[in-house]
Amino acid sequence: MSIIVENISKQFGQFQALDRVSLTIPDGKLVALLGPSGSGKSTLLRAIAGLEPPDQGRIWINDQDMTHLNVEQRQIGFVFQHYALFKHLTVRQNIAFGLEIRKINRPDIRQRVNELLDLIQLAGLGDRYPIQLSGGQRQRVALARALAVQPQVLLLDEPFGALDAQVRKDLRRWLRNLHHEVNVTSVFVTHDQEEAMEVADEIVVMNEGKIEQIGSPQTIYDYPATPFVMKFVGEVNVIPSFLHQPQGLPHDIFVRPHGVKLQTQVTDTSIPAKIIQIIHRGRDIYLELSLLDRIPFMAQMNRDEWQALTMPADQWVQVELLQPITFPQASASPHRLPADSVTAA
Amino acid sequence: MQAAKPASQLTSGQWLLTGLAVTYLGFLFILPALVVFTTAFSDGIPAFITALQSRAFLQATRLTLIVTAIAIPINTLFGLCAAWVIARNQFRGRTLLMSLVDLPFSVSPVVAGLMLVLLYSDRVGWFSPVLTALGVKIIFALPGIVLATLFVTLPFVAREVIPVLEELGSEPEEAARILGATPGQIFRRVILPHIRWGLLYGILLTNARALGEFGAVAVVSGSILGRTATLPIFVEQSYQNYQSVAAFSAAVVLAGLAVLTLIGKAILERYYLHKLPTH
Repeated sequence: MSIIVENISKQFGQFQALDRVSLTIPDGKLVALLGPSGSGKSTLLRAIAGLEPPDQGRIWINDQDMTHLNVEQRQIGFVFQHYALFKHLTVRQNIAFGLEIRKINRPDIRQRVNELLDLIQLAGLGDRYPIQLSGGQRQRVALARALAVQPQVLLLDEPFGALDAQVRKDLRRWLRNLHHEVNVTSVFVTHDQEEAMEVADEIVVMNEGKIEQIGSPQTIYDYPATPFVMKFVGEVNVIPSFLHQPQGLPHDIFVRPHGVKLQTQVTDTSIPAKIIQIIHRGRDIYLELSLLDRIPFMAQMNRDEWQALTMPADQWVQVELLQPITFPQASASPHRLPADSVTAA
Repeated sequence: MQAAKPASQLTSGQWLLTGLAVTYLGFLFILPALVVFTTAFSDGIPAFITALQSRAFLQATRLTLIVTAIAIPINTLFGLCAAWVIARNQFRGRTLLMSLVDLPFSVSPVVAGLMLVLLYSDRVGWFSPVLTALGVKIIFALPGIVLATLFVTLPFVAREVIPVLEELGSEPEEAARILGATPGQIFRRVILPHIRWGLLYGILLTNARALGEFGAVAVVSGSILGRTATLPIFVEQSYQNYQSVAAFSAAVVLAGLAVLTLIGKAILERYYLHKLPTH
């Protein structure tokens, strides 16, 4: 079922949590709300759920106006960061909770709970209490409990936030597969760009109560719409405008660590940089540079490229910007500059 | 590292501490309890039974039970509401409200009784014109005793429930709401199972205090034997009148009511421990 958010605003005291946000989430998609803390992503999720009534704007789910419906009437599945399981109930009873509220008859409940236990791969643990489960298992139970009532949409608030790194990775992949299987429109909140990239079909990048960009993980990474998105998603180098202002470009230049080429010969467009440190990260080599001996700069290359590079004795190399990006107006789409428009001062 | 000593081999320091604790408890608790029982039965069991058949005693017991039966549900309900408001909301005056709930702990019961007299007495009270016009008698009557008991037992339930409610957090409530539960269902199925021990303990404390309150009730009730005396007042009045068997027999009954409460708590605990996980 599709979700349409129309011009939503929400204020907490002096703090503008959401500022006229509009968003359409198509049926069956798995969407990430990505942003730093305080960007409004959780507030937006809670507004869709009905837990946080917005000050203005409308919310539609499956073409039905939900703005003034209570939480319990919205038929939503919600998963909390800290699971929010009922500690006094077993796994089975937790999953059955919503079904019992709906007064479904016992055999049907039993069958549905069994199906869900299989789905979350906890078939043998139905009679355990939440306290006897690991974090990852608890979060899967929370998910089953949310799915039990066959919600129109599934909302997840930092679902992996409380788990350790390895479990988090496994659970991400598992959620992706689960989404393919259940195919319910899902929205999850995260501050981890890697997580958003790996799990989501579409990413909504948020900052200071506004949407910065909506797009597929690849679009967000390759064609960031704003400097914020560029900086928040992936690593980036910023070359301040004063370096090239005489050439008439009053904008900062952004370039990814892998969007550069290092060489020893000087060209019209190359910028000299001093090598500060060499970091081996598995297959990739990261070079910590100092551009013109004053601007910190990261360059990334694979081992072959690294070995092909003959290291100068004086530690100075020439940096060629292959994919520089500028943002003439903060909100407009990015301009890709030809490499030769950037010159060293 | 030394292996732990067997429990039977106590050092002299441990003996000294244990001895001190036992002596302390003996003088403070066990001896007085023995005195109550021996005095109650000093003229034999028939005298004890006769004392319990006096009209004044029966009236005092009835009054005490009635007052307790009114005070417990009212202050349980109030305590739950106050605890929920305080635990779930951040608002201006939250600390003030918490201090207000605690106030009865810091006000002397006698002062509390006097406040009630000054407000509700039909001769000197602020509301005396209204009360006289309506023909309602509060001071020296059941309503006054109930008010005094409500005042001194106000904090117990709220005090016990606030911490467990804060520990539960609002997310399980929200989860239940999203799953379609009504407020009543959320309370019964999510909140109550979590707060039950705190709530039970708060009710027990309320019950103990309601049964045993003397100061505030003595001021508002007028302490008229056979009419407005509760059990503690009956004990005191009988003792002042040199009827020590009657006084201590009533004390035995009060102690018995306390024991009954503890048995009730034990039964409830056992029932729930069988039904629910212990963690």
